[in-house]
Amino acid sequence: MDDRILIIGAGQAGMQIAISLREEGFAGEVTIVGDEACGPYQRPPLSKAYLAGIADIQSLELRAARFYTDKAIDIVTGETIVDVRFDAPGRGDTGMATAASGRIFEFDRLAITPGSTPRRLPIEGGDLAGVLYLRSLADADALKSRWTAAENLVVIGGGFIGLEVAAAARLAGKTVTVIEVADRLMARAVSPVTSEFYRGAHERRGTRVLLEAELVRLLGDAGEVTGVELVGAGQSGGEIIPADIVLVGIGVIARGELAELLGLETINGAIVVNSYAETSDPRIVAAGDAVLLPHPLGHYGQVRLESVQNAVDQAKVAARTLMGIREVHRAVPWFWSDQGDLKLQIAGLSTGFDQIVERGSQQSEKFSVLYYRDGRLLAIDAINDPIDYMAVRRALHAGAHIPAELAADSSIALKTLIVGGEA
Amino acid sequence: MPEVTYFSPDGTQTTLNAREGDSVMETAVKNGVTGIVAECGGACACATCHVYVDEAFTAVVGEAGDLEDDMLDGTAADRLPNSRLSCQIKMNSALNGLTVHIAPKQI
Repeated sequence: MDDRILIIGAGQAGMQIAISLREEGFAGEVTIVGDEACGPYQRPPLSKAYLAGIADIQSLELRAARFYTDKAIDIVTGETIVDVRFDAPGRGDTGMATAASGRIFEFDRLAITPGSTPRRLPIEGGDLAGVLYLRSLADADALKSRWTAAENLVVIGGGFIGLEVAAAARLAGKTVTVIEVADRLMARAVSPVTSEFYRGAHERRGTRVLLEAELVRLLGDAGEVTGVELVGAGQSGGEIIPADIVLVGIGVIARGELAELLGLETINGAIVVNSYAETSDPRIVAAGDAVLLPHPLGHYGQVRLESVQNAVDQAKVAARTLMGIREVHRAVPWFWSDQGDLKLQIAGLSTGFDQIVERGSQQSEKFSVLYYRDGRLLAIDAINDPIDYMAVRRALHAGAHIPAELAADSSIALKTLIVGGEA
Repeated sequence: MPEVTYFSPDGTQTTLNAREGDSVMETAVKNGVTGIVAECGGACACATCHVYVDEAFTAVVGEAGDLEDDMLDGTAADRLPNSRLSCQIKMNSALNGLTVHIAPKQI
């Protein structure tokens, strides 16, 4: 019997599982079902090149249509799976997924890559027209349709997405305000050193950045957003900031509904997997943004990573697991964020650091921050500094080390300081 | 549509018609050419689309920009004078017939 593998979720992870299955020689049926109108596409450019009008829809597609035909990968779009069940483990395991349309997908093995959905702003006025999120192509098109006419953009949430959109809006000459509830930008991703640099850099480019700012409500007229009312910003309470667009980027929530239907272990909606991308039901694998996985460099704890790299690397492991190949997921997490002319590249996970080493000069807007714990290299934030970024990524990949006391000398190339590992 | 030919590390050779303005990387990845990883999708953020440009085309392809030049500093395979990141080479009619050899190691 040829197995039928169903992949629910047509994003980067879902597509990569399908491709890797074929690369590993899987000869059965592979079906990817997704709820969006189009096939797998790149999300990162939505807040960058696509918004700026440099990339078009065709350039976003991850593979040409012919590729899927050649590989016998069946892509089904526009179908939302609302029910999924797997027979009790044992003889003749088969499962069935049902779409909202009534269409039924039968399978023998299942992969779920549901991704995440933007956290909604739970506040009065949050449902006004012009209050936008950015996750999907549809979201990006909604933003673009208001973009040209908009003069005042308020970004709620000083994370990657919000700051990327803010930078694009400043380049387009708009008045831009970023509102962040925390005391610094990108607090989940980078250290205070990098956060503080970015606050200054965005302000130098004309963006107003408000930290520890508390929202009261969004104001509107005839159903359209017109402004944001704040408390705690500056000396006078109740400041109102005009807005034609309010872009909300306050994080995402894992889409764990299907996992819960299947009785899989989840934590806050995130699907718990082991180092083989197996869920609590070993017949089902999961990958991508919705997954809580063991630290991919073998450090203590579980992490949920929202990145292309994680989606791709985890999907490869998931595909091998489906094929019966046992390979522990090990990968260096890396991220990037292009905010106007500022290129942030991160390799590794800095959580738990107890020492930082700064290289280069913040004044020149080209520098890097290396993170250490107990003298062990954890990660780097590189700002307009790909050379340091690549050196640390390579060191982490090889399980090697760069001594902190030597790294502090910016005149020495980091790659010449790499010691140990397999490099 | 300009043609581009890829020599993959596994020995396969693929010739494709590129859409004008698409990069050498995009053309390869979308059509399943093996050997180019290109995880960042062309943002010059990952250096996993490293190619060696055929000598006959190095002049017309031109040199790497500053950012790309820095990324090439950390490629997994050896950097050679004709090394480029294929996400930064946009196809146009002047590049018709372009041949690239995909670097044997990307990560």
